Amino acid sequence: MRDRQLRARDMLRGDLEGEELERYVEERVVMTNFDKMLGWARANSMFPLTFGLACCAIEAPISLVTARYDVARFGAEALRASPRQADMIILSGRVSIKMAPVVRRLYDQMLEPKWAISMGACSSSGGMFSNYAVVQGADKFMPVDLHIPGCPPRPEAVLYGFTKLQRKIMGNPDQGWRRRYDAAGTEEWARGGPKSEPSPEAVEAYDAARELIRA
Amino acid sequence: MAEATESRTEVMTVNIGPHHPATHGVLRLVVDLEGEVVRELKPVIGYVHTGIEKSCEDKSYWKVIPFVERMDYVSYFFQMEAFCGAVERLVELEIPPRARYLRTIFLELNRIHSHLVWLGTTALDLGAISMLWYCFRERDKILDLFEMATGQRMHTRYFQVGGVIEDLPLGFEAKLRDFVADMPVRVGQYEDLLDRNEIFLSRTKGVGIVPRERLLELGVTGPLLRAAGEPWDLRKTFDYLAYPEMDFKVPVGTVGDNYDRYRVRLAEMVESTRIVEQALDGLPEGPFIADDRKYVLPPRSELPTSMEALIHHFKLVTEGYRVAPGEVYYAIEGPRGELGCFVLADGSAKPARVHYRDPSFVNLQAFRDMSVGGYVADMIASLGMLDPILGGVDR
Amino acid sequence: MPDALGLELIRGEIEQDHPGAVLDTGFDRGQASLVIDPAQVLAVLGWLRDAPGQGYRFLSSLHVADYLPAQPRFGIHYELLNRDRVERLRVKAILEDASPAGGAAGGTAPEEALATAGGGGSPAATGPAGQRLPEIDSCVSLFPTAEFQEREAYDFFGIVFRGHPDLTRILLPDDYVGWPLRRDFPVGGEPVTFTYNERNYG
Repeated sequence: MRDRQLRARDMLRGDLEGEELERYVEERVVMTNFDKMLGWARANSMFPLTFGLACCAIEAPISLVTARYDVARFGAEALRASPRQADMIILSGRVSIKMAPVVRRLYDQMLEPKWAISMGACSSSGGMFSNYAVVQGADKFMPVDLHIPGCPPRPEAVLYGFTKLQRKIMGNPDQGWRRRYDAAGTEEWARGGPKSEPSPEAVEAYDAARELIRA
Repeated sequence: MAEATESRTEVMTVNIGPHHPATHGVLRLVVDLEGEVVRELKPVIGYVHTGIEKSCEDKSYWKVIPFVERMDYVSYFFQMEAFCGAVERLVELEIPPRARYLRTIFLELNRIHSHLVWLGTTALDLGAISMLWYCFRERDKILDLFEMATGQRMHTRYFQVGGVIEDLPLGFEAKLRDFVADMPVRVGQYEDLLDRNEIFLSRTKGVGIVPRERLLELGVTGPLLRAAGEPWDLRKTFDYLAYPEMDFKVPVGTVGDNYDRYRVRLAEMVESTRIVEQALDGLPEGPFIADDRKYVLPPRSELPTSMEALIHHFKLVTEGYRVAPGEVYYAIEGPRGELGCFVLADGSAKPARVHYRDPSFVNLQAFRDMSVGGYVADMIASLGMLDPILGGVDR
Repeated sequence: MPDALGLELIRGEIEQDHPGAVLDTGFDRGQASLVIDPAQVLAVLGWLRDAPGQGYRFLSSLHVADYLPAQPRFGIHYELLNRDRVERLRVKAILEDASPAGGAAGGTAPEEALATAGGGGSPAATGPAGQRLPEIDSCVSLFPTAEFQEREAYDFFGIVFRGHPDLTRILLPDDYVGWPLRRDFPVGGEPVTFTYNERNYG
């Protein structure tokens, strides 16, 4: 520590030469490419929109910004009320059919690049409310980057999802678990490995399901 | 809209919400403003309508409980109690004394929780941002207690028809006593911050007054009615759970302005702490759920050895119990007012109609009376003090 | 609650002033209820509110229950509360469906005279498909708390309250077609597929 202070003093005096100078500079300058730096900056300074729909809103944004599950340590404590100034929307709560156009409009008004986290079961897939009044998943009408399961998810779960989103923004989108558990190729029907074709029954099943939605 | 030479005002219609930081949830207000004065106000609701009542008709009785607790998402134990109490009246099931006391403890903890959320967010609206951090610190303590007893922070599905689903874990009582000892001190701290704060007083004193008779006409209950001077509290008038054995006061205001509403809720927090303490002291031993196997699951320890227990378990889990035709309306005192549950049974295993008389829904009708004639800023303060929870309003 | 005897006394007194209003009384599981003729709703509610010695001045809740497949199907419940004696009383007015759907199960009762007695009815008395909607008088003049609750009943069941200041949809979008909480309306919902599989393998 003292050593570094002495070197800093020498630097300021212009006394460092040659190899010492190089080492000094190396320790302080990070070489990277612009995209990575930009990703790092974006991920660590997100401006979430103060948007709460229902029960999940009590867990986040409110509980998340309070002292125990502080989201300020991730740089996202600047909650903006106006969508024109926000770049992340956390869909916390069930999206009803009356609210869906409003949410879409808010999403359109947000700054680019923007991210959407669908928090909880209700906005990811309609949750337990499989009825006439709830949109079965927010990604029926807007692109969602991250889904967080739970009803309501614990604030720690939301923070974990938030760190995943940060990694995605920084260009490293591994949701990771297939590689970590060496589970590549265990997708439902890809018994022949990651590059194989789906089996005909699976194709048929998914076509049928898709027809059902589009109908 | 004033001209430079002459002063003319015209009425401007402004749309506030549904996405707005100061509306507690997705409430949309269409306000006619003349300058800063509110001339006419129309709330538009339904932005978080979830069709819970319709979904309940499709599920067996015990599956209705998680649906129903997600209505008013801050006071979830109250919705559970309203439904379980209604069904218990339908099937004429008595719950054991320990269950009554446990339910009372959790209901009052939930009331404190609801008032803390209210205080934090309302003070935030008025500009006293520090209150948010303090209130949510206490709220996290309550949620720790809930998690310890039930496994979930919110939406715990702890109450079941017949009692509660599990007994208290070890260490819960000690932690609860710590909390109970600590809470009045904290409420004292909140009072020190806000009670005589000049800005807070000028924003809430004399603002949003609605006379008591008008509130009764509009069907308003709860702290709003009590702040206007009417000592009406369902915990005292109707005997349910362990309230008849508890000694507590009902805070009543005088003028009925926003300041009185704030004082009434703070005092209620202290009273709820006292109720929790008394219930904990007087907690009787015994079973925590009724043992009528027709409606209540048998304990798992009996399943390997008893054939009847296995049959009951199977029947209850697959089809559920059938309730003889009848209808019942059961009302309790929620943190916002009278929370009533109407259940119509038609003899099958699914309820034919579940309807909640939600206090926020009815109290919202008083909002117009509170705000018309005042400033926009006063309208926001009144909205905070009205304490609507849009999940309950929209169901 | 007024006990069974008190309930019969109330019925008797109402019968004196408004004969034919009370169709039935019920005392079930500790709750007292009166079934009244829908045409005399305002008279009975007004009597219960204003008659000396009664004083049911607080309307706790106004809600509708669909008794399908039993006919008549729409039961409008008024939960009244007497705060002086701390007693609850339920008043039920049961309405026929004004235009039963063609494919309704079971024998549908003939059109109730009530629906036709409303004449051509207000424009709101016909549903979007031109169907007739059941009507009853609105009690907002007696109990202002009923305003939102009657709108909710209209929104969910399609029951028209004559005389309501603003009978529009309250909880559902304004252009929604159908009356969701009727028993013959489906719960709804649609299957959810998972886009990861869709995108990569679909």
